[in-house]
Amino acid sequence: MIPFQYVRPKQQKAAIDALARDNNAMFIAGGTNLLDLMKRYVVVPQKLVDINQLPLHNIEQLNGGIRIGALVTNTALAEHKLIKEKYPLLSQAVVSGASAQLRNMATVGGNMMQRTRCYYFYDTALPCNKREPGTGCGALDGVNRMHAIFGFSDKCIAVHPSDMSVALAALDATVQVSGPKGERSIAFTDFHRLPGEQPEKDTNLHKNELITSVFIPDAPFARNACYLKVRERASFAFALVSVAAALDISNNSIREARLAMGGVAHKPWRLFKAEKTLKGMPVSEASFRQAAAVAMEGARAFEHNAYKIKMAPETIVHALKTAAGIV
Amino acid sequence: MANRKIVATKLRANDLILCSSNENLMAKEENSGKILPESRTDKKYNEARRTFLKQSSLLTALALAPPAVVKAAEAGLDEKVADQFEKVPLSLEINGELKKLSVEPRTTLLDLLREQLDLTGTKKGCDYGQCGACTVHADGQRINSCLSLTVMQEGKKITTIEGLATGDELHPMQAAFIEYDGFQCGYCTPGQIMSGVACIREGHANSESEIREYMSGNICRCGAYPNIIKAITAVKKGGKKV
Ligand SMILES: Cc1cc2nc3c(=O)[nH]c(=O)nc-3n(C[C@H](O)[C@H](O)[C@H](O)COP(=O)(O)OP(=O)(O)OC[C@H]3O[C@@H](n4cnc5c(N)ncnc54)[C@H](O)[C@@H]3O)c2cc1C
Ligand code: FES
Ligand code: FES
Repeated sequence: MIPFQYVRPKQQKAAIDALARDNNAMFIAGGTNLLDLMKRYVVVPQKLVDINQLPLHNIEQLNGGIRIGALVTNTALAEHKLIKEKYPLLSQAVVSGASAQLRNMATVGGNMMQRTRCYYFYDTALPCNKREPGTGCGALDGVNRMHAIFGFSDKCIAVHPSDMSVALAALDATVQVSGPKGERSIAFTDFHRLPGEQPEKDTNLHKNELITSVFIPDAPFARNACYLKVRERASFAFALVSVAAALDISNNSIREARLAMGGVAHKPWRLFKAEKTLKGMPVSEASFRQAAAVAMEGARAFEHNAYKIKMAPETIVHALKTAAGIV
Repeated sequence: MANRKIVATKLRANDLILCSSNENLMAKEENSGKILPESRTDKKYNEARRTFLKQSSLLTALALAPPAVVKAAEAGLDEKVADQFEKVPLSLEINGELKKLSVEPRTTLLDLLREQLDLTGTKKGCDYGQCGACTVHADGQRINSCLSLTVMQEGKKITTIEGLATGDELHPMQAAFIEYDGFQCGYCTPGQIMSGVACIREGHANSESEIREYMSGNICRCGAYPNIIKAITAVKKGGKKV
């Protein structure tokens, strides 16, 4: 690791100021992604602003929803009574990510901000537009097994690796941020972005903004939800494909559905059109297959990830069946 | 002045690592039979050099500013501030003993334990959070010490494998690993034991599949998993306080 300056402010404003004062400064929360990347010289900040002293560690029930502080650890989130009760989808997604040790360290804000696991991004000897704009995308004609089938550009075909974010995208969450110009909130589905011409930008967070919390509105999806993650070993591996499914069912008919996929795009991939398809349909495998077909419209594979075109719709169907309790 | 010299030497050592790591990777790629076009190799090398030059001049500029000035400018009072190579004084309770330490900000908890405190029971397997060999407890929670900076653990109580036994009496988990033969080479064992204890404390050792899931952050290259699970199950069923 290159040496860096370290500051540990106690106030939110001081943290934002400390970041803004220095062009090459970064926040550090759990450190589980940032230190990994720093050890490999993929990211080389000259100053770390440790935000762990900021008062952003709580989960609170508010009118109309739940607010989760940006520094709540992944374990605390997954194990929280309110979350397990009201949003089991989120709890399942978080537990499916990383390991028990890492989840004890990892925070909500850090999890959203984690960088892609694309091999070309991680290897500083290889070209990567995300790491070094203008060097090219190594994965495009290289090894692209893990890569996107939706929303990519010729500049970048990486996927976003977070499981938690897929559930939050499905649950209509919003992100509260604070920066030099004040506070604002961003719909979760607009928080991460597609690569387009600027793959170096993962999110729509502005420079020097701090994520302070995530808000999840009350929703009637609690009972019928499933996060299904397909990976290369039974546990402790990133998703090849994952699906967050939640259903509001009444009289065996679907009142409302929420669907999002992980491992298929540069951002959590919310399936708005498939959700609409499901609205009003009976709970049955046939309905779910129809929705999966709609979800897959426009998918395109590369040399090594064609398996995802088959795996993704099957995962959608299985997740929906599990959510509906008809497996 | 003396201070600045140290900074300069360290910088050079560090930049060497930066460049050589790039070269190693290139060598790897060449060995694997993929031949890189010459121009690209040159370009990569030049880029690495440029980054190196850019970084070192930036660091030199920072190093030239008297630390006190940087500090005064940064500190909204009450804040912890450490300069690039400055060692920060801090206290940590390690295995029940209060330690007064002095560390560079970039020292991981794992390196502190092994290199400065000679607590080599905690192992370095991957150094990237992937294997669990470095698992310790911080305020009772299991963490990967390789992915945590010591400065971030200030004021916490750290327990390592060396701190688990009570005097000569092994911790029940240590005893169970011996009884059930929960290892072969033993390299992953300190991490497995620290993780196993936490797994029971967290309430995630209620079935074999739950233990497998919640122990998945600890890799055993010898494949001693069946016996590791037996040991954890036995401790859990034994009902002793862990
Ligand atoms: C071996 C391994 C396996 C893993 N497997 C999975 C997996 O299967 N699924 C999965 O989802 N994840 C996985 N992860 C990733 C893990 O979830 C992330 O590393 C973790 O969530 C990051 O959180 P953190 O608090 O440690 O972030 P940090 O490392 O502290 O920070 C990450 C980034 O977020 C920024 N940041 C942090 N907090 C804020 C904030 N409040 N506002 C603005 N910016 C902020 C930092 O500046 C930094 O750029 C794995 C990680 C490892 C090492
Ligand atoms: S050394 Fe820390 S997880 Fe491998
Ligand atoms: S006993 Fe050898 S790695 Fe686990």
